[in-house]
Amino acid sequence: MNYNWNWGILFRDPYLGWLVDGLFWTISLSLCAWVIAFSLGSLLGIMRTSSSRVLRLLGTVYVELFRNVPLLVQLFLWYFVFPELLPDDAGRWVKREMPMPALSTAILAIGLYTASRVCEQVRSGIEAVGVGQQNAGKAIGMTEPQVYKHVLLPNAFRIIIPPLTSEFLTIFKNSSLALTIGVVELTAMTRQIEEYTFQGFEAFTAATVIYSVVTFTVMFLMRIVERRVRVPGMIPVS
Amino acid sequence: MGEFDYSVIFDNIPFLIDGLKVTFLLTILAVIGGMILGTLLALIRIAQIPVLSWIAAAYVNFFRSLPLILVIFWLYFLVPLFLGRPVGSFYSVLIAFVLFEAAYYSEIIRAGISSVRSGQIAAGRAIGLTYPQTMRHIVLPQAFRSMLPVLLTQAIVLFQDTSLVYVVGLKDFLVSAELIANRDQRLVEMFVFVAIVYFIFCFAGSLYARHLQRKLAT
Repeated sequence: MNYNWNWGILFRDPYLGWLVDGLFWTISLSLCAWVIAFSLGSLLGIMRTSSSRVLRLLGTVYVELFRNVPLLVQLFLWYFVFPELLPDDAGRWVKREMPMPALSTAILAIGLYTASRVCEQVRSGIEAVGVGQQNAGKAIGMTEPQVYKHVLLPNAFRIIIPPLTSEFLTIFKNSSLALTIGVVELTAMTRQIEEYTFQGFEAFTAATVIYSVVTFTVMFLMRIVERRVRVPGMIPVS
Repeated sequence: MGEFDYSVIFDNIPFLIDGLKVTFLLTILAVIGGMILGTLLALIRIAQIPVLSWIAAAYVNFFRSLPLILVIFWLYFLVPLFLGRPVGSFYSVLIAFVLFEAAYYSEIIRAGISSVRSGQIAAGRAIGLTYPQTMRHIVLPQAFRSMLPVLLTQAIVLFQDTSLVYVVGLKDFLVSAELIANRDQRLVEMFVFVAIVYFIFCFAGSLYARHLQRKLAT
């Protein structure tokens, strides 16, 4: 193996700046996508456990559609196909005039995809709280929305913290797919460093270390949160 | 956008099928490789061998913290460097998938093994089987049967993940379709078609996984 080591390259201008920028975009993308995934996923989870047949069906259709097409294909559909299906003006706006079209599309695509996964976690959390509690709520005269607001959701969200953490980390890792439509996030930056300097080993090591450190930090922090909010007598869904 | 043009799909069916074959071949080989390495990691972790079990756990947690694309880039860069000559991207990508998916399979298999009641291991030891024999003849067959639906679901995830070979340009189903889409300027038709094909395979697979789950439950 012939290879010229040069770890110093990572701390030199402009490469250090590239890594920092890349991490910044990876984290921004992940957090924005998580807002979509979490809010829509929770809504879908409620729909799938509700007493309304129509809402349950809508939730199921959404989950099956978004779970059974690869995320990369979905990303291409949003980026290349979706603007074509809009009226001309709207399509042009989405493609060019919208602020940061590639980044916004990636946030949307990853958010909507992960919503289908979050939905299933929320649903299993609600189911884990149990029919007994639901009936108890109804028995004291609560309406269905009240049962969700005061009984099911506060308990469900607390027991699904571990799976929700891993869904967030899934977004964090999946954000790298955005490089295929030209978002220069962390993985794209390290690829760029490799192409500019031929120091692939150092560049990919940097990305590897950064991804791992962020992942383990998030897991560590969420374990503390989980312990703080644990519902006495209930075992978290793993 | 013009009319939806079906002919671009039908005219290129042989080319697309070639791509689909690559996708399936990669999926099948990665499932086999990932399951073998994953089982090995799971067994090492469960056997609680000092140092080795710790290494296996570190391996699993490490790979699970990385994006698949980064692992693909790593192997695409490393494999030719180690061999000292360029090899086709297929082998680099296959190794990346096996290493990456083994971490996920290991967690599934570990859970499956733990779900076999400990009395079974004791029973195996009582009739004079060694620990490896007990694992092979008593625990693993039961574990794999109970894991079948989850293993299938993971295979579907892997099937979808293979689309990421796009980043190194390996001509799988998606890349083949994209080549045609760009050449004929028919992005809408091709990407919608690709999505439908993936959906049919994955949906059918997930229905079958659910069927297996129900059969096991009864």
